[in-house]
Amino acid sequence: MSDSLRDMFFAECEDLLEALSEGLAAMSDGTHDAETVNAIFRAVHSIKGAAGAFALEDIVSFAHQYETVLDLIRSGQLDPDAEVMRAILRSSDVLADLVDAAQNDRTDRPDAMAPLLEQLTRLADAAPAPIATQPPEPEAVFAPMAAMPLTLAPIVGAESRFRIRFRPERALFDNGHDPLRLLRALSALGELTVDCDLSAIPPLGSFDPEESFLAWDMTLTGDIAEGEIRGVFSFVDGLCTLSVEREDDEAPQSTVPNSPLPQPAATPPGEAETPLVNADPPPDPGGERQPVRAGGAAAANAGPARPTLRVDPERVDRLINTVGELIINQAVIGQKIAALGAEPNSEVMSDLDDYRHLARDIQEGVMAIRAQPVKPLFQRMGRIIREAAEAVGKEVVLETEGEMTEVDKTVVERLADPLTHMVRNAVDHGIEPAALRTERGKPAEGTVRLIAAHRSGHVHIAIADDGGGLDRERILGKAVEKGLVSPEAKLTESEIDNLLFLPGFSTASSITNLSGRGVGMDVVKTAITSLGGRVSISSRPGHGSTFSITLPLTLAVLDGMVVTVGDQTMVLPLYSILETIRPQARNVTPLGRGGHVLSIRGAYVPIVSLAHVLGLASEPFDPTRSIFVLIRADGSQPVALAVEAISDQRQVVIKSLEGNYGRIPGISAATILGDGKIALIVDTDTVVAIAAQTPAVQTIRDKEPDHEQLAALG
Amino acid sequence: MSSSPLWDDNATIEFVSLVSGGQSFCLEITTIREIRRWSAVTPLPYSEDSVLGVMNLRGAVIPIVDLAARLGLGRTDPTARHVIIVVAVHQRTLGLLVDSVSEILTVKGGAIRETPNVRSDDSIRSIRGLLQIEEEMSRIIDLSALLPAEHEDAA
Amino acid sequence: MSVSVLAIDDSRTIREMVSRTLGDAGFDVTTATDGKAGVAAFEGRRFDAVVTDINMPNLDGFGVIEAIRGGRTNRRVPILVLTTESGPALKERARKAGATGWIVKPFEDRAFVDVVRRVTGGA
Repeated sequence: MSDSLRDMFFAECEDLLEALSEGLAAMSDGTHDAETVNAIFRAVHSIKGAAGAFALEDIVSFAHQYETVLDLIRSGQLDPDAEVMRAILRSSDVLADLVDAAQNDRTDRPDAMAPLLEQLTRLADAAPAPIATQPPEPEAVFAPMAAMPLTLAPIVGAESRFRIRFRPERALFDNGHDPLRLLRALSALGELTVDCDLSAIPPLGSFDPEESFLAWDMTLTGDIAEGEIRGVFSFVDGLCTLSVEREDDEAPQSTVPNSPLPQPAATPPGEAETPLVNADPPPDPGGERQPVRAGGAAAANAGPARPTLRVDPERVDRLINTVGELIINQAVIGQKIAALGAEPNSEVMSDLDDYRHLARDIQEGVMAIRAQPVKPLFQRMGRIIREAAEAVGKEVVLETEGEMTEVDKTVVERLADPLTHMVRNAVDHGIEPAALRTERGKPAEGTVRLIAAHRSGHVHIAIADDGGGLDRERILGKAVEKGLVSPEAKLTESEIDNLLFLPGFSTASSITNLSGRGVGMDVVKTAITSLGGRVSISSRPGHGSTFSITLPLTLAVLDGMVVTVGDQTMVLPLYSILETIRPQARNVTPLGRGGHVLSIRGAYVPIVSLAHVLGLASEPFDPTRSIFVLIRADGSQPVALAVEAISDQRQVVIKSLEGNYGRIPGISAATILGDGKIALIVDTDTVVAIAAQTPAVQTIRDKEPDHEQLAALG
Repeated sequence: MSSSPLWDDNATIEFVSLVSGGQSFCLEITTIREIRRWSAVTPLPYSEDSVLGVMNLRGAVIPIVDLAARLGLGRTDPTARHVIIVVAVHQRTLGLLVDSVSEILTVKGGAIRETPNVRSDDSIRSIRGLLQIEEEMSRIIDLSALLPAEHEDAA
Repeated sequence: MSVSVLAIDDSRTIREMVSRTLGDAGFDVTTATDGKAGVAAFEGRRFDAVVTDINMPNLDGFGVIEAIRGGRTNRRVPILVLTTESGPALKERARKAGATGWIVKPFEDRAFVDVVRRVTGGA
């Protein structure tokens, strides 16, 4: 199966799973109308149908059982009570997991799969009507019989002779069959002689052109099995009178007239008839239905779905790129006109201003195409919370706000992991056990709130719980114990709270199987900073904690600081910069072989010459003639990057280098500045990592004989 | 080198002839996107000697390779008179710095000679065939061999 | 002249699969995303065969068959039902509704093409 089809399948699954969870959410809110349940059923059914084509057996068998239960709910045979709702909610999670596993070529099964399958089977069995509970029909993996006559082993080398009488009924024509095609199919099996019986044709006057009057008597000779002949007629079973007799030798004769009931004898193993399966969908419940777009919103309260447009993301990226050019082009023209001496309030400058606004509007519009609502992400979190709450035996509900807030697709994707970690933390550590909550006068059921909003060109996301809040005493104690803070340090409450983000810090004193996986909040912080965002925490003892995330609207544009490095203009990502420092000579101290440290407010920070790390320096490093940009890279200690000059801060359009060139250590991408020149965007994490490697330092030293003067690291 | 003719004897092929490192070469015209004057490039850290840097080609960032250096004919010292031939190979776009571009040649496939299998260094490996232009022998550059797909992925 | 097939399925993966499989076999394939759209497409031009899913929003496969068989034009067109179930009850129902034949999903490309060829006698 081709990859593009596979991709299409998984993209469709994503939509269907979304429709499924929307439908389930509506059901949980008490909407049990036919269309909601139908849409849920169809989502599962469609996943199963397409999964079969890719031989994804786990999905097929799970979806089958799931669908059986949904079908019972749909037909009113099963009441969606609390237990049933729970089962079908959890099943949607497992189905999503299975799809995810398949997409990533994993074969592991979610832990919950086996117990849920059992529960679904039990639910199906308990329903009043006789229900099929067997695993997915084995024939699902076979092609239809008619198309595979060879699934019945023919008697090899034995010539057989059959006498066939075939009299179509009118229904055969009504069903779109053409006897001639059947005869042609027969003639493909062997040597066919046909005798057409016209005796039933009435006199012309009473002739009904749509009625069937013809009958055929045929003999078919060849190396043929009777099943093959019946196979040809499999679709017209019950629409004709058919007799197939073997003429030669002692072979048992088969003269059973065709009846509307399927004949086992004529059915090859691939289509072995199963006991009555409750496969018939119930009659359409009323013709009046809301139009539902494929895989789209099905919730009853969602109103008619808006039409959407599917576009290849590459096209959008190209468009974003071109619009980026437009913005740069506008800046270039602006500079040139200014250089020609145009007055700031002259007509041309105000026209140029209009141009700038239009270009920005277009840019925003284009960015909006890539934007996606955070809703599916939040819905996933709902499921994480259900699982987490179940694992630790707490009652926790999710409340969401602003779930239609739109964020760049990539941001949505890359937020999933940090958000998962934070909501798990909230359930595991934030929300108190029910008994304690009751004691504290709170509702036994805890609440986790996910809030998304746009504010001043950024996206804000908050994860708030109404739990016990942070235990500052314990956090501080632990930080001191781990040597992260000196015992004498006087920290504000907020400083204590944010100690959580320090690498290696973990508050759980007992490792639970939820969040105690050796991953700390520092990983969350790293993930968010890598998106150009920030995260902070606030907490009120007894009332809960709130994590606040601020993210850029898009990844195509970066807030950067433009600096000069070894005669080159480069861009440092703003998110990694703590501050810029113009040092006084006494603040720079040589340390070790060729190393320097910078003293800032009593602390010592290693100095790294960016030009030397990137091999762009032609002269020995002179720390006294540098400006330092204090950066915080990848959880390490701050490092002072030495550059020659700092020009300004601005947004730059990110241009990938990988397409035409490849990866470059220390460089994440490039951008084009207002003057049309290319500036490389520094990957600060890698620069620090390169500088920290002895071989790299060695290389720099090898290049420069005067290594005593070189930058090195503390 | 090429044991079987790469071009049909009767096919008509267009080449652009050029000079690099003082020698005559040609490139099949279908691989060429455009030809432009040299302008300053932004050097890349950790790049090979033959990679001069990147240039802004109407918003795309394209690497510029010194053809002479790549062929082992010594480095070119670019000036405003030098020329960049923008080529597409392996779905990448990049620029080749050459001394000058001479003319467009239309030849029959049968006129192309195989590269004699003498040595196998860089200057030979990237040559697909030879073309007699008046008194001179011009070398047909094999871009795929010159710029293999994954080659620039710096370690 | 190529044989025209109308394929109706709400799953775009299946639609694409049907469309590619039949297209590669030389059929001229038109797709529709649900029963209603399928019937509308059917009324818009003459098709040599229809392949339809059963479970669909806005008119299911049975509805499609009924609409076509009860319509005015081309009502004896071969209609194949694409289904994941292959129980006799469903087949009986499909036959009663007027289906010409059925194809069990997942289908094998060759087998699928063979069935369509058999009922259309073409491509």
